[in-house]
Amino acid sequence: MKLTRRGFFALAGATAAAAAPGAACAWESKAPENPYSCLVDITRCIGCRKCEQACNEVNHLPPPATPFDDARVFDAQRRPDEKTYTVVNRFETGRLDERGQSAPAYAKIQCMHCQDPACASACITGALSKKDNGAVHYEVTRCIGCRYCMVACPFQIPAYEYHNALTPEVRKCTFCFERITNEGKAPGCASICPVEAITFGRRAELLETAKERIRKDPARYVDHVYGEHEVGGTSWLYVSGVPFERIGFQKLPAAPPPKTTETIQHALFSYLWSPALLFGALGGVMALTHRGEDKNQQDKGERS
Amino acid sequence: MSQHPAPVARPFWTPGVLVMVGFMIAGGLALLYRFTGGLGAVSNLDNAYPWGLWIGVDVASGVALAAGGFTTAFLGHILGREAYEPVVRPALLTAALGYTFVAFGVFVDIGRSWAVWKPIIFQNHNSALFEVAICVMTYLSVLWIEMIPIIAERYGKKIPLLGALDRGLSKFMWVFIILGVVLSCMHQSSLGTLMAIAPTKVHPLWYTPWLPLLFLLSAFAVGYPMVVVETTIATSSLKLESETPVLSRLIRFTILTLGLYMAIKFWDLADRGAFIYLWDGSGRSIAFWAEVGLGVILPWVLLLFPGVRASRRALFTVCLFIVAGVLLNRINVFITAFAPPFANHNYYPAMGEILVTAGCAATIMFLYRIGVTYLPVLSARRIEEVES
Ligand code: SF4
Ligand code: SF4
Ligand code: SF4
Repeated sequence: MKLTRRGFFALAGATAAAAAPGAACAWESKAPENPYSCLVDITRCIGCRKCEQACNEVNHLPPPATPFDDARVFDAQRRPDEKTYTVVNRFETGRLDERGQSAPAYAKIQCMHCQDPACASACITGALSKKDNGAVHYEVTRCIGCRYCMVACPFQIPAYEYHNALTPEVRKCTFCFERITNEGKAPGCASICPVEAITFGRRAELLETAKERIRKDPARYVDHVYGEHEVGGTSWLYVSGVPFERIGFQKLPAAPPPKTTETIQHALFSYLWSPALLFGALGGVMALTHRGEDKNQQDKGERS
Repeated sequence: MSQHPAPVARPFWTPGVLVMVGFMIAGGLALLYRFTGGLGAVSNLDNAYPWGLWIGVDVASGVALAAGGFTTAFLGHILGREAYEPVVRPALLTAALGYTFVAFGVFVDIGRSWAVWKPIIFQNHNSALFEVAICVMTYLSVLWIEMIPIIAERYGKKIPLLGALDRGLSKFMWVFIILGVVLSCMHQSSLGTLMAIAPTKVHPLWYTPWLPLLFLLSAFAVGYPMVVVETTIATSSLKLESETPVLSRLIRFTILTLGLYMAIKFWDLADRGAFIYLWDGSGRSIAFWAEVGLGVILPWVLLLFPGVRASRRALFTVCLFIVAGVLLNRINVFITAFAPPFANHNYYPAMGEILVTAGCAATIMFLYRIGVTYLPVLSARRIEEVES
């Protein structure tokens, strides 16, 4: 038995040593090449909430807490939740319009459909995944409800059905996955917007459009396409007339969050090289410290 | 005192045990509510704070505080230091019970408890949580396999199947012992990787890409102090002779492991320039000071004194501080440090969450009590035997 034990450790050690170099490979983005995207132009949005209403209808969501034509809803800042995939918030900008009245900015928020989504990297079962067409898609049949996706999301987007005891779901903007994948249509919100504040298209082209708008009218826009670089880039892009910090957008690093964790995970556990190495090392130590004890141990075992 | 472990001959039902049962019933009621009304009915969890007391304490701290199992297995079985045998079995029992309740905590916390097995089929190898889950599941099985010889020692003759299983396993036990240590190192560190996915949501006093290393080192550090705490409580409440001589020797290793943890923790803070947050007087800075000042620096300094290590009371107190420090670290990383960008409130656990956590802790103690009463776990003799 002792010999086989030695042999086993030699094998484990060799496997580990062979696998180790493979683990050192650098992290690579898995972002789709040129996915569908939406460009939101904050300077155009008039805060009509038609997009909220369309979203509600397309996704068969429950009736809203405040009717879609009630402007009092803007008195408080809202977040998307398990019953609302998108909300429009109003921000006082301190600017005045031509008639000297305060000109607020309206910002529609929803899942950003990140290019390298933290939620999908975190999801224990792969229930969330980035599709080639750009949507970060949720597959409820895989979900166990651990809510790690919610911990991970830098935009604090996924919401949970906390009051469903047995079959709660994670809820967030779907990018109207069915419509854009199988029906060839734009998302509900983008289709309905009366002032074309939401443009649906391919990411590369929309980035061009965004920069074009800024270039043509630098007085109207701040020089920043939000979502171009934030957390590695997102499928939803924004241009605005007021600095983004003032309309509820965070300053975020350009590195995608999964880069850190996936680098750690793969450096340590690719081909299970480190566990194998540790197993071999500990086995070696154990064999050394227990030399000539095999007989004793058998005695011990028999005593019971 | 170096007698072979034996069941403890003491009456089982004591006032302490009844108190445990009380907590267990209260926790059970809260659980009933959780599985009928949903997580929202018993907890203060919401869309901003998806993780709370159960993940921070029942799961993350539970794993850390069960580190006595693999650290003593390493010393006793792998390094073969037989002098420490008396603490290996109680630590193993604590670990087996601890991990059982870690798994139970996960079961309660996830929204779709019945889907708890799904990560076995649907695997996301990029997810640190996936690795934690698989390691914890496997390690839990390994721990109960390691328990088999102890159970068979008492019941192997009565239950022939158990005896046969034990004899069959004894040849391969070394595989499980090593596997237990390997799996522990893996998931103890990966628990730290969990929060590394949220760099913008975890306060810089705790956020570092070195979280996995810090979690691993603190697990090494807390293993023996946890053994000291539980052994001291067990021997004093069961009126057994004190195990202080073994424990004082055991704790010398902690000077090294805790010192290493402390050094890396401060190096990391300095490296990231996060020292500036230490003096801002915020709730988080106070939580950090409590964790590191009282839970790491103070006990580490005290451990350097041989007099402290030799005194049963002082040793127990110092170890309690270390245990509390690591517990607070896990609470800080998972709860205190978590700062959702759009939350306009803080998270505090609801009564329902506290009752479930307290109920689980009471159940662990209750089962430990059953374990030492019926199984050969503790080596210490009853005080009257020692004196006579
Ligand atoms: S915004 Fe959040 S939920 Fe949406 S894809 Fe990005 S990480 Fe995932
Ligand atoms: S709650 Fe569901 S979707 Fe979110 S990480 Fe867990 S398994 Fe994945
Ligand atoms: S429909 Fe268009 S204009 Fe109306 S709130 Fe939505 S984005 Fe703004």
